[in-house]
Amino acid sequence: MTALDPLRLTARVAKRLLVDGEISSAELTKVYLDQIAAVEPRVRAYIRVTYDNAAKYSTKVDREMQAMRGPLAGLPIAIKDNMVTEGVTTTCASRILHDYMPVYTATAVRQVWDRHVVMLGKTNLDEFAMGSSTENSSYQTTHNPWDLATVPGGSSGGSAAAVAAGEALWALGSDTGGSIRQPAALCGIVGMKPTYGAVSRYGLVAFASSLDQIGPLTRSVYDCALLLQHIVGHDPNDATSVALPEPVALPSAERLDGLRVGIPAEYLAVGIEPGVRARFDETIARIEEMGGTCVEISLPHTEYALPAYYIIAPAEASANLARFDGVRYGHRCADPVDLLDMYERTRSEGFGPEVKRRIMIGTYALSAGYYDANYGRAQKVRTLVRRDFARAIAAVDLIASPTTPSVAFKAGSRTADPLSMYMCDICTIPVNLAGLPAISIPCGLSDGLPVGFQLIGPAFSENRILQAAHALEGAIGFAPAPTFCDSGVVAAAGERTEARA
Amino acid sequence: MIGEDDVRYVAKLARLRLEQDEVARMAGELAKILAHIDKMSELDVADVPPTAHVLDVVNVTRPDKPRPGLSREDALRNAPAVSDDCFRVPRMG
Repeated sequence: MTALDPLRLTARVAKRLLVDGEISSAELTKVYLDQIAAVEPRVRAYIRVTYDNAAKYSTKVDREMQAMRGPLAGLPIAIKDNMVTEGVTTTCASRILHDYMPVYTATAVRQVWDRHVVMLGKTNLDEFAMGSSTENSSYQTTHNPWDLATVPGGSSGGSAAAVAAGEALWALGSDTGGSIRQPAALCGIVGMKPTYGAVSRYGLVAFASSLDQIGPLTRSVYDCALLLQHIVGHDPNDATSVALPEPVALPSAERLDGLRVGIPAEYLAVGIEPGVRARFDETIARIEEMGGTCVEISLPHTEYALPAYYIIAPAEASANLARFDGVRYGHRCADPVDLLDMYERTRSEGFGPEVKRRIMIGTYALSAGYYDANYGRAQKVRTLVRRDFARAIAAVDLIASPTTPSVAFKAGSRTADPLSMYMCDICTIPVNLAGLPAISIPCGLSDGLPVGFQLIGPAFSENRILQAAHALEGAIGFAPAPTFCDSGVVAAAGERTEARA
Repeated sequence: MIGEDDVRYVAKLARLRLEQDEVARMAGELAKILAHIDKMSELDVADVPPTAHVLDVVNVTRPDKPRPGLSREDALRNAPAVSDDCFRVPRMG
C-alpha cells in the first residue's frame, strides 16, 4: 500500500484503489482514524468518533467483498449529528438530546449504509443546525483547519472541517439557509444543497421543514455527484420527497461552451470582502475563457429574503421543537412539581441561547395579532423571491455568486451580535426559500483562507450544475491544503472581523 | 416594539422559563432582529399569494393496510420515566 494523503485523496481515487485491490477498506479507514488521532484534538470536528464500528465494519467489507460489492462499498464517511443513526447516539449538539439513542436510521444514512460505506462518526454542528459558525454547539467549538483561530462556518461545520482536515473522505450535512454551502466555502471544499425534496428528510431532526435539505460535502465535484447519486429519490416516509426527473450523472465536462451565467447585481451589493470579490471576478473571467457568457441579472427582492427567512425558519422551528418536552425522549429536569413546571424547566435547561432565541422569534411571529404582519407577510415575500429566480432563470442557465460575503472569521467575533451572524448567509438563504439546487466550490484563497463560488440552478438541474462546476473546478485547479496554523489573535467579543491584512 | 413583558408572554407560550437577565437580554436582541425583519413592511404584498411550500405536491396517500410500527419497547427506550408500559409524567398543575 502506498502512503495516502488524507488531505488530498478523493473518493473517486480511493474507490479505484479499492476496486484494483491496491488498498483494503480497513487500510483506507485506518488512514482516516490515524488522521483523526493526529488532528482532532485541534480541530474537534466530531461529537462522536465510532472507532470500533469503523474498524470492524471495514474489515467485514474486506472479508465479504463478494457479497458487499457496490459503488460506495468500503469508503469511509462522516455524518452530521442531526441525522438519526440506530444504535449510535444522536445529539443535534444539544443538551436536550444528550443521551438520545435513536431506534431507527435516517433514510439518507440508510442509503449509504446499505451500500456498505464505513461510518467514521457523527460531526459537530450548531445546536439543531441553528447557526453559521458551529459556535452554537452545546458541546465543543470546531476549529477551521485553515486557521484554527477561525470558525469552520455552520451549521455543518463539523462535517466541513472533518473533510477539509482529512479526518473524513467525505461527509453528509444539511442545509436550511446555507448550512452545507457556507461551511464548505469557509473550509475550501465542495458542498451541495440539492433541490428541495430530492433527498428524503426522514430521520433528519427537523429544524425548518420547508427549507431543510440533506446534501454532500466532498473534496471534488465528481465525489459530490457520486455521493448524491445514492441519496436522492422518493421515500414513502417523507411525503415531500420526489424522484428526480433524471438520474444524477457523474460529471465529465471540461468546457462551458454556450453556458449562460447570470450574476445577480444585488448579491454583489451586500458588502462582499475585497478578497472574495477578486476571486469571484477571476472565476467569472474564467467562465468566459471556457466558452460561457456572463451577464448581469437582477433578483430585486434579495434584500427582503433574509427578513422573510428569519420569520419562516424560526416559525417552523418553534413548532418542530415543541416535541422536546421531557416526556418521550431527551433531557427531563429534576423533581418537577407538575407538568407545566417540567415542560418549562426541561426546555430552559436543555436548549442553548440561539435555539431559545429562534423559538422566541418563531412563537412571537405565529402568535395572535402578529401572525399576518410577520408569518403571513414572510410567506408572501417568499413568493416574490421565488418569482425573482423564475424570471432570471428564464434568461440564463445558471446563476453565480460568492457563496459568502467573507472568508472564515475569528471565533468569538460575531457571537455577541446575532444579526451579524445571520448576515453570513445572505447569498445562500434566498436559494432555500426558492427550493433550488446550488453548489459551492473553492475558487482560490484570500489572505490564506478559502473563498467559495456558488452556482445556483433551476429546480432539478443538479446535472447541469455538477457538469459546470466540474469543468470550472478543473480550470481553477484549486491545489492548496489546510495548514492547521493558528493566527491566535481572538477578536474581542462583539468586534467585527476586519478584512485580513 | 418588543418589551420585557412581551418577552415574558411569548416565553410562556413557548414553554420556556427565562431568568430576569435572559428576559432583558432577549428583549434587546429580539427588538434588533424584529427591526430588521420589519423591512418587509416596505413591500406591498396585498395581491401576492403566500408560499407555504416550494413543490407543487398534493396530498400523498397510500393503501390503508396495517403494517408494523415502532415496537412498544423501542418507543419507550429513550423515555425519562416509564410506568406500566406508558410514559410517566408528573401530575397536571
